[in-house]
This record gives sequence, C-alpha cells and structure tokens, in this order.
Amino acid sequence: MNNLYNYILSIADNTLILAQRLGELCGHGPTLETDIALTNISLDLLGQTRSYYQYAAKISSEEKTEDDIAFMRIEREYKNVLLVEQPNEHFGYVMARQFLFDVYHLMLMEKLQHSKDINLAAVAKKGIKEVSYHQRFSSDWIKRLGDGTDESNSKIQEAIDELWRFTDELFDMTEADNAMVEDGVGVDVSAMKEDYYNQVSEVLKEANLKVPERKNFMRGGKNGVHSEFMGYILSDLQYMQRTYPNMKW
Amino acid sequence: MTLTDKPNIQQDLIPILETVSDPEIPVLSVLDLGVIREAIEKNDVIYIKLTPTYSGCPAMDVIGDDLKTAFAEIGKEAKIELILAPAWSSEWISENGLQKMEEYGIARPLSETADKDVLLGGKKLVKCTNCGSKNTHLVSQFGSTACKALFKCDDCQEPFDYFKCLK
Repeated sequence: MNNLYNYILSIADNTLILAQRLGELCGHGPTLETDIALTNISLDLLGQTRSYYQYAAKISSEEKTEDDIAFMRIEREYKNVLLVEQPNEHFGYVMARQFLFDVYHLMLMEKLQHSKDINLAAVAKKGIKEVSYHQRFSSDWIKRLGDGTDESNSKIQEAIDELWRFTDELFDMTEADNAMVEDGVGVDVSAMKEDYYNQVSEVLKEANLKVPERKNFMRGGKNGVHSEFMGYILSDLQYMQRTYPNMKW
Repeated sequence: MTLTDKPNIQQDLIPILETVSDPEIPVLSVLDLGVIREAIEKNDVIYIKLTPTYSGCPAMDVIGDDLKTAFAEIGKEAKIELILAPAWSSEWISENGLQKMEEYGIARPLSETADKDVLLGGKKLVKCTNCGSKNTHLVSQFGSTACKALFKCDDCQEPFDYFKCLK
C-alpha cells in the first residue's frame, strides 16, 4: 500500500509543481494567447493532480485530504523531478521545459492507461487527450523559435542546453516504481528512455537545433533532494495553509 | 456511440436535470453536454454520476452544487459522484446542444481528422458562427476555457470560439 501511495505521489507531484510554475505566468505571458495557453495547460495539470491526490488520500492509512497532501508536506517529501521545478526565466525556457516534460508525460500516460489499477488507468486515459494537446503546442513552439530569427534560435538553444541535464532523471526507477511495475500497476519508465530521446531529437532537428550530448546529468528530485528553487515554490504554494492551517475556501 | 457510452438516466428526472446548465455555456444543459452519466432515484435520494469535460474543469464543482440545489427545491437530496471513466468525449454533446451552442456563438467540434487538419494543418474548415463563412483562421489553440480554441473570421472579421474535438 505504501508503495502505491508513493507511486501516485511521484506522478502527481510532477504535475503539481509544473502547474504551479505555469500558474506563476498568469497575466505575464508574452502575448494574450500564450498567456491563456499556459494557464490552460496549468489547469489541465492541476486537474490531473487533484484526481491523483484524491485517490492517494483515499488509500492512505491516516485521515488525509487532497489538500493535506498538496500543501502540508515538507520539501524532502515531494517526489517531483528536478526538471519541473526549474524557473521560468524567459519564454524559451518555459517552452523548452514544457516540451521536454510533455514528450515524457504523453509516453507515460499512454502506458499508464493499461495499468491494472483502474483509478490510475482512468486518470491516464483522460489525461492522454489533454497531454497530447500540450505536446502539440510545445513542439510547435520549439519549431517556431528554433526556426525563427537568429535571436529566437539562440535563446531556445540555450534553454534546451540548460534543461537537458534534468532529462535523464525522468527515467530513474525508484523502489515504488519497481514494486508497482512488478504488480502490473506502474510503468517501467526506464524502458521509455531511448524512444524519448529519439522523439525529442527529431523535433529538435526539425527546429534547426542541436541535440545536446547525453552526459553530466543531474538527479535527486525523485528521492526528495531538490534544487534550490523548490523551497521558494513551496513557500508560495503552501503559504495559506501554513498561515491558516486547515483553512478552506 | 458505443453501448458503454450510453448514460443511464431515469426518465422522470430529466425535466429537473434540464434546468441545470453549464456555467460557462449557459445555453447548454448538463444533459446536452453529456456530462451526466447516471441519474437514478433510490429511497428518495438521487444518485448522480458526473464526468468532467477536462480534468481541471472548474465548472464541475458549480455543476455539482447546482444539481444539489435543483433537487433540494423539490425536497430531494442529491448525491454527486465524480467519475473519470469512460472519459468524456465531445461526441457526447447532443445534436440539440450543438445547435444551441452555435446559436450562442461557439462553433461545433469537427470530426477528429478535420479537427487535426484545422488545428495543426491550418486548413479552413471551421464555420464562422456570425456569417457562416469558412474563411477562418486559428488565433489561439487555447481559448477562454479549456474546451475551446479561439478563431477569427477573415470575411466578417469577428472573433469566435471553437469547441475542440475531444475523443
């Protein structure tokens, strides 16, 4: 049971933190259309997160709610990958981070829909429709920026180069991953790696971008060891619950 | 529509369900939208199964509350359960609903392939809800709500929403 709980959180924390990062851009997008797009994507991810947390709360041995799980954990208890917590910097970063995550996310959802766990399968099946739309949007922007002006090309290349080191962690297997794969519930993400890098490289090449070398990777988020940005995200995210514990809207 | 997609709704509850609308598209009732998957009465309690159009759709909480209020007015308690499977499809919007939506100014979803041709290939297939011309272009893949994209007509110059195909 503990493994299932941790497994759900390892998927949901990624979507929660990325939704939070995208939410920061509300009202700050470069154009009205992209602003709306980013918050729409954020909302989809948050909706998925809620479904996961509600399920996790239901199976947890303690009396927990989805809000407790989202807001009342300490940094080391969050299991999201380093990629999703990276700051927004500029629009190129936002799109690069989104693209590098979307390709992985869609592959994960496509496998998770066949999970033996009917709850996870249902969230994934619903999520596929949304995530494939996200991936279309971010791939499109990678191509537009890469194949745009010299400046847009150099900015998106810089963002891809910077964020590349966080991609390998997506395919690390944790104890919960291994246990859940054995039960037919979880997805063997390590087996998705080559396919992922092929798909990503294809889009980058089409966008006139260089595919970075696969080395010097950073990892830790899946085991709760986060980058320095995570504390700031949580202080924003948790502010209301920490200040007024158990408050409700 | 396959057999599992068919909702199980008790006939005599339909008049009340019809009074509850989608807060974002008020001309559509929850029945037109196809989000009610089951509605049955057992021992004076109405059991309703509701499915979201999109995972994060904020209208779901409002719809749930509105359903409870509508049944409370006739002295009945309604219990709402949110279900995710089978996932909602834009094909579940009734023909009546599609017509009302168009009159309201939202273009109806195209077929899955046509939808892709428009959103990815830039083809001109979406009909302007104002003048009926197909000389329209996509302004934004995401619109005012998760379920819509924003279009503009190149003939009458009016912007309008397009309800995305979700299958």
